[in-house]
Amino acid sequence: MKEVVMLEEENGVVDPRLQAIKAAIRVVPHFPKPGIMFNDITTMLLRPKVFKDAVEIFVDRYRDMSISAVAGVEARGFIFGPPIALALGAKFIPLRKPKKLPGEVISESYVLEYGTDSLEMHVGAVQPGERVIIIDDLVATGGTLCAAINLLERVGADVVECACLIGLPKFKGGCWLNGKPVYVLVDCRQ
Amino acid sequence: MACGKDGEQEQDPRIGGIAASIRVVPDFPKKGIMFQDITTLLLDPKAFKNTVDLFVERYIGKDVSVVAGIEARGFIFGPPIALAIGAKFIPLRKPRKLPGEVISEKYVLEYGTDCLEMHVGAVQPGDRALVVDDLIATGGTLCAAMNLLERAGAEVVECACVIELPELKGREKLNGKPLYVLVESR
Repeated sequence: MKEVVMLEEENGVVDPRLQAIKAAIRVVPHFPKPGIMFNDITTMLLRPKVFKDAVEIFVDRYRDMSISAVAGVEARGFIFGPPIALALGAKFIPLRKPKKLPGEVISESYVLEYGTDSLEMHVGAVQPGERVIIIDDLVATGGTLCAAINLLERVGADVVECACLIGLPKFKGGCWLNGKPVYVLVDCRQ
Repeated sequence: MACGKDGEQEQDPRIGGIAASIRVVPDFPKKGIMFQDITTLLLDPKAFKNTVDLFVERYIGKDVSVVAGIEARGFIFGPPIALAIGAKFIPLRKPRKLPGEVISEKYVLEYGTDCLEMHVGAVQPGDRALVVDDLIATGGTLCAAMNLLERAGAEVVECACVIELPELKGREKLNGKPLYVLVESR
């Protein structure tokens, strides 16, 4: 069983790149509804060096792990996943909301606070045994990432890790999703 | 069938592989539409890299400070280009997805209208911007994107798409702004 790794401090030394990443994320109160402090990564995308550093931290981690595919969760996972995939020489697989992907798909439902949603992946995007990482900007309840893990495992892929820029505090120390490690760069800004 | 833009003349050797990696899905999202599916391109790391490289080679050193990508497939191609040329990446999104203050631009669909939004303050007057999407069809969405950027004071240098559907004449909708595409599909 692997713990969630929060990268902010290793051996008591804080990577200055991570401080810059955390500082570049904007908190928007009460979005999309009252009580939610939304962690907005778009301000980080306006800082080319910070964006580049975030991608590099992920690429450095996965470079020697024989990753053949990067799956990104729509839509903000589409921003971070492709640069990582390109640097690793891996495929990029978009995981999408229903009815967006053309052709044959498999679908996985997941629970929201009220109701359910679902995530889809193309049939044939990934082969059994392929080593895959899943990317999204933020992990909160883990519901979406769990659905993503399930989609990939149903077709026989080996989900090596889930990677997010931001994680909610509950992910600090000891949580994992479906038995898969979750790697997070910074914790949520409140 | 997709083919490179200039037919047989002077085509970069990478274009053939890119065009061949795009899958056409008939009758999606509705009957009569031959959908150009770039997800198969994304499953081919070499084709994906060549696609990005072709754009980067065109824009590097041209003082482009902003790459704006149209949700959602513009989010796949825009960021790698932005990172390689050292530009900001700005997501242009469907309504109510961007938190905080936004400006909004309506555009016409076959039936009804839709809307694209951009964050206030993402772009500064004087920014030189590219607009990136996977495909140009009628040009309606690209037009809305250009309007958003220009309203915020940016100069739109060029629109860049992987695929053009020339019969839909989207190019003519761009108010004289240049359009650069890698493959045409008829």
